[in-house]
Amino acid sequence: MNDLIEVQSVSKSFGGVQANQDISLSVKEGIITGMIGPNGSGKTTLFNSIVGHHPIDQGSIRFEGEEISKLRVGEIARLGLLRTFQQTRIYNKMNCVDNMEISVSQRERNFSSMFSGRKGEILDRAEEILDFVGLYSKRHLISGDLSFGQQKLLEFAMALMNKPKVLLLDEPTAGINPTLINGLIDRLKRANDEMGVTLFVIEHNMRVVMNLASHVFCLAHGKMLAGGPPSEIQKDQRVIDAYLGAH
Amino acid sequence: MTRSNEILTYLVLGLVGILGPVFFENYIQQIAVLWIMVLMATTWDITGGQMGYNSLGNITFFGAGMYVSAVVQISIGYDVAEYTAAFGAIKVDFTETQYFTGIYLGIIAGGIGAFLISILLGMAVFGLRGPYFAIGTLGVAVAAGQLVGTIQYLGGGSGISMPVYPGDADERNVFFYILCFVITLVSHFFLRWLYGTQFGLAINAIRDDEDKAEAMGIKTATYKIVAWSIAAFFMGLIGAVFGNMIGFIEPLEVAFPTATFGIFMVAMALLGGKGTLWGPVLGAFVFHIIKETTWTLLLGWQWVALGTIIIINIVFFQQGIVGWLQEIKPEWFGLTVDRSKNPENSKA
Repeated sequence: MNDLIEVQSVSKSFGGVQANQDISLSVKEGIITGMIGPNGSGKTTLFNSIVGHHPIDQGSIRFEGEEISKLRVGEIARLGLLRTFQQTRIYNKMNCVDNMEISVSQRERNFSSMFSGRKGEILDRAEEILDFVGLYSKRHLISGDLSFGQQKLLEFAMALMNKPKVLLLDEPTAGINPTLINGLIDRLKRANDEMGVTLFVIEHNMRVVMNLASHVFCLAHGKMLAGGPPSEIQKDQRVIDAYLGAH
Repeated sequence: MTRSNEILTYLVLGLVGILGPVFFENYIQQIAVLWIMVLMATTWDITGGQMGYNSLGNITFFGAGMYVSAVVQISIGYDVAEYTAAFGAIKVDFTETQYFTGIYLGIIAGGIGAFLISILLGMAVFGLRGPYFAIGTLGVAVAAGQLVGTIQYLGGGSGISMPVYPGDADERNVFFYILCFVITLVSHFFLRWLYGTQFGLAINAIRDDEDKAEAMGIKTATYKIVAWSIAAFFMGLIGAVFGNMIGFIEPLEVAFPTATFGIFMVAMALLGGKGTLWGPVLGAFVFHIIKETTWTLLLGWQWVALGTIIIINIVFFQQGIVGWLQEIKPEWFGLTVDRSKNPENSKA
């Protein structure tokens, strides 16, 4: 398996706060990789660095072997590396179908396709994916009127619409009712399996990560603490200490 | 809007446009100005309503189109510097062919000129967001008026007399009326088409969450500049027509009237309902009628009346007339709402 994302000794600080210190990790193609860590351990900062939201202080980030740490958010997105937000972000005055249609991949778009009509095949795919996440019956509603959990599902569906190579998910189950979480785990797995999307997931919920990921990294205090298969991570004393506050 | 409502609306507008000047011959210039205001409000709404960038400087393109057309039209028969320096003292005589070639070329050049200027300006101002964008563009419009006033080649502060229409006054009125009506119709149908394409969706996405749009790979900078330049193109066209219709152009009152038309176009779009195709059209009608009525019946208080309407609109009625109709009668517009939920929860 190839390394799709390679992060090498990346550091990022905000003023005096060292959010990420000398972090190295790799995300392998085709599998689901998890990232855990206590609040404030620098997980979202690392995500933001990878997608180009802010410049990094040191280190290198490669996507499919190409250095991306100097690229802008839009350019990285067009390479096929997409993220969802912890605070769900959708286009809240547009209906679900419109949200989906505008989320199509911008990779091969040129100036004239800016004005292309709203083609049937795009609509078909939008409805198919909305059905996949279970929002088909809500497809004509204004997305801002959906519940928080439904908005999260919509954001996930929009990301799939974009046909990304890698999808970075920032706490996909936060704020979702526990009975829906199982459904979501199932859909994440199917997206990985059937649509071939590599997933890199930040998750607080241990049960979810252990269920979902085949490789897990653990961050604490901005540093890489451990990495390995979930069964090992679960037993790792340093990880347990970090979560229970032994530091 | 649903199909039948839409056909009805076009029918009414068509009747107003064609029969209005026939039955109310004395108001032909008023109705022409009404179409100009419709165009101003609808093109302002491309960025202001559909894209969420409230520009206070779109009037710049109105003036730019006017001045570009003046230069093109004059240069067909005369040296521009000589013409403007003499300020009406040289005997001007355009043949009929010269006049009509000049005005058509001038209008097209006005549109293209404004379009090009907007691309350059757009690269500068679209780095700004929210209130900073509004103030930045306002600055552009005010500066444009002052700047043109210092250029002697363009007649400076004393302006330029435009070539005189070769024909009688009634014929002249009809000619300019048709130009205003046709350009406004073209702009309307262009926008109607535009909002139905991917472009329409993209600028709506920028309005709702620009950072998200950027993170999804949409080239937001390009969309923003293109959206503004479309507005600029139509504003340039109509500016060129308006300059000729008035017959005399000068920087502050006619070409760059920032405090009047520059603000009216925003007020009209807000009154009718921004972010909708029909809101600005309706807003322009209501606004123009109120404006002209107060000018006639409440002379001396007309600005107070107009200000009151704007304040009521902003404080109590932000969604505008069409926005309000969409809330109470969504089925008229083919919108779907979840009736099972009560509106208080829908913000979650």
